[in-house]
Parts: sequence; structure tokens; C-alpha cells
Amino acid sequence: MSHDALGPQKAFEAYLADGKFMIQRSRSTGTYLFWPRVMVPGSGEADLEWVPASGMGRVYSITVNRKRDGDHNVALIDLDEGPRMMATVAGVETIAIGARVRARIEAGETPRVVFDPVGEDA
Amino acid sequence: MAHPIRGRTAIVGMATAGMGEAPGYSAIELLGQATLGALSDAGLKLSDIDGIFAATSGHAFPTMSVAEYLGVKPKFFDGTNIGGSSFEMHLLQASLAIEAGLCEVALICYGSNQRTAGGRLVSMSEPQWHETPYGPRHPITAYALAAARHMHEYGTSREQLADVAVAARQWANLNPEAFAHGPLTREDVLASRMVSDPLTKGDCCLVTDGAAACILVSADRAKDFPQKPAYFLGAAGANWHRSIVAMPDLTVTAASESGPRAFEMAGLRHSDVDLLMLYDAFTINTILFLEDLGFCPKGEGGRFVEGGRIAPGGELAVNTNGGGLSCVHPGMYGMFLIAEAVAQIRGQAGERQLERADIALLHGNGGTLSSQVTAFLGSENAI
Repeated sequence: MSHDALGPQKAFEAYLADGKFMIQRSRSTGTYLFWPRVMVPGSGEADLEWVPASGMGRVYSITVNRKRDGDHNVALIDLDEGPRMMATVAGVETIAIGARVRARIEAGETPRVVFDPVGEDA
Repeated sequence: MAHPIRGRTAIVGMATAGMGEAPGYSAIELLGQATLGALSDAGLKLSDIDGIFAATSGHAFPTMSVAEYLGVKPKFFDGTNIGGSSFEMHLLQASLAIEAGLCEVALICYGSNQRTAGGRLVSMSEPQWHETPYGPRHPITAYALAAARHMHEYGTSREQLADVAVAARQWANLNPEAFAHGPLTREDVLASRMVSDPLTKGDCCLVTDGAAACILVSADRAKDFPQKPAYFLGAAGANWHRSIVAMPDLTVTAASESGPRAFEMAGLRHSDVDLLMLYDAFTINTILFLEDLGFCPKGEGGRFVEGGRIAPGGELAVNTNGGGLSCVHPGMYGMFLIAEAVAQIRGQAGERQLERADIALLHGNGGTLSSQVTAFLGSENAI
């Protein structure tokens, strides 16, 4: 179902709860944005629609938080559509910058997008 | 051409308090002590203050809290909080206010007891909802992401990052007020505990207590005070993002915009600068700011800091107090950039005193490489 009645943050979270990774795109310019907002930052187009993300991206940078209760990586992923998002690469301690990754939704109390490593030709 | 505000105001009082550890004192108490110290340094009294400029990590309304605590009723006040670079911006705001005749004696101040209060970096910063699901531990996660990207693009090494910490410690060893003393080698930094790859504990700033305050007045009356004036020569801020995810290129900070604007405002060239005070919350900062402020080409910062170039006796004097890495870092370090620049300009820096300290560049950083403010202070020779 559509979550157009909600503000962008709540709509994004509602789509995630539906099992969908959706991002916004300007109808007039085709510009994608993330994280969700009420306008394209910088140019201001407000004619935004929700579209499914391709889910494909590339690691822009990554670090491993070393903590007593366990390590986890925090990555910045450049989506193929253009925008960058913070996420984590699942199943590995870390991965090379530039590696190809694919999104999936990790279910839970608050579902989130995580990325899995994939081959370079993906 | 330099901006008309150049040289129109000057710092005539400066003091620190509770440097390192100040058990039993609150943040505002330390701020109060630093304020009294700065007033005494200037030969002024509390009731002379008619402008207050303040930011802390613990006060939502810092100028209200400060005015109340000091018992001062300021005619002008500004509590702009852009993190650690707030005070470099306050230098500009206070100078504009004085020049406009809105106040005459401006207090710029800061205090923190973060070390004794909890031993952790305290932040008022609200979590960013699109980052929270991934458990970033800001600020270090953001700076580690920048360091990793810089290493990837330019071949910067962990050894070069370590050299920044080593140079800072060597300066700190000449500064009795510095919190961290003793020998420190590249190997020590590399072998210290990994906190957020590629940054180890040795790449991170200290967590200390500390307060600092300065008094700024019109240059017309600056010579009537007991101390040599440190003149305000210009300042410029730039802000491109809030969350690290929105920083366009993690290897280029907004210092690349604030720096050129501040140089132009102050009518200065790189070769004029005797001292660089760069906000070194992490070792990568110093490298990024040397590049973005134009002291070396983009990508060359790592190689630039090798071989003791920014250490005592090196060709470029950087962070002569020991920096946030080895001198003091109570959470918002920008006030201490001013303290060291004033000490050097006055010729009061003891063993670490530079032979010539007529022009100091102060570069403040706030948030996650977010707000960047470049300011210049100078001696009478700069006017």
C-alpha cells in the first residue's frame, strides 16, 4: 500500500515494515534522494514519488567499531541511483572500499536495510 | 583587499582553568574561574563585561547560564553552537558587535568537566534517525570513515596518521599545562587499542576537563591594557553538512571554503603564517586541514607530516600546545586554539615559544567534520 499520507521519514519506515526498500525520486528531474525529505536538497523540487531502490550499491567507506560487547562495521554505501546511505555490510567483519553490495531488509522490531557482498559483475 | 574589520578588535585578556583534571568542579564553575582569570589578565572587572559569547556541551542556553552565573547583564550576546568551532565564529560575531557599537567588552568563554563527570566525550548532539539503526559511535565513526577513505584514495598510511600524534606529543612535552606528557613513538600509536578502524586510541583526542575565556575589545583601546594585544584579523565559516552521510566527499572538508575566505578577509598569504592551530580531534583532522587550507596539495597531507615537519624544530609550527591529541580536549576544543595563539603572539609560550609569532591561523572544526571556521589573530606587527 501507499504511505503517501505520511511524512517522508515515517513513510520510509512504514515501507520497511512492509518489507520494501523504497527511495524518493523527483518526478520532474528524475533526481533520487536519500535520506527521505520533503524536497530535493539544494534545488528544492517537492514533486517526489516513492520508487523501489534497485538495492545495488558500492562501499564508499567503512569502519569497524571495536567494542567490549562485540565488533560491528558501519559503512557508507553509494546506491546505484546516486544517493549515499549509512548501513552495515552483513556477514563480514569488514570489506574493501569499492566492493559491490546488494541490499536486503533485515527484519526485527525496527527493520533496517543491510547489504550483502556480491561479485563485481552484479 | 582585506576586509575593513581586519585589526579593528583585539584580545586583551585570556585565561584557562581546570586544564586536564579538575575533580569536584562543575563546568560552569570552571568557566567562571577562567572568566575571572581573563578579567584579571586584562585588568578589568566583571561589571565591565557587556557582551557574552558562549557555547558548551551541557547548557542548552549558554549565554543565559553564563550571564546569570557571573551576575552580568549583557547588552549583546550570542550562543551560536556549531560544536568545537563555535569560538572561532564567536571571534567574528564579537568583533562585528564591537565594531557596530553594540557592546564594548566581549567575553568569549567555555567550560567543561567531562573527564571527572564521566570520563567520556559528552555530546548534546541528537542522533540522526537514518544513522541510528547502524550503531555509529560518533564522533569517532565519522572520522574513521573519513580516514579510511583518505587512505583508499591517496595511499595515506596509519604510520602517517601516527606521525601527527607523535608531533603533538612532542609539542605537549614542552608545555607544562598539557595533560599528556612523556615519550610517544609511531609504534606506540600503531600498537594502541583499535577503536574504530583505522583509528586507534592513539589517533584520538584526550578526554579532559578544562575551561578558557578571553576578553575582546576595540583595537582603539587595546594598547591601554597590561598585556600585548592579539588583534583579530579575520574569520570565515563554512558548513556543508550535519551528518557524515551527507558530506559530499569525505576527503575534502568545508575548510577548503572557509580557509580561502578567511585569508582574503585578513589580506594574508600562506607564507605570512607563523603558527597553525588546527582542531585535531583525531589525527586525520590535521592532515585534512593542512590540505584543505592549502598548506599542501590534496592527498599529500600524510606525506607532508612525515619526518617531523610539524613537530618542534620542523618547518611548519602546528598545534604548539600539544593539540587536542596531547594537551587538552574537554569536548569543544576551539577555545584552546585561541588560548595558544594568544600565548604565542604575546611571547608567553615558554619552552615552546616560536621565534616569530606575528600571524596565527586558527582552524576550528565542529560536529562530524561539519562546521569549519578559519580565523586569524596577529601581533601589532600584523597591523
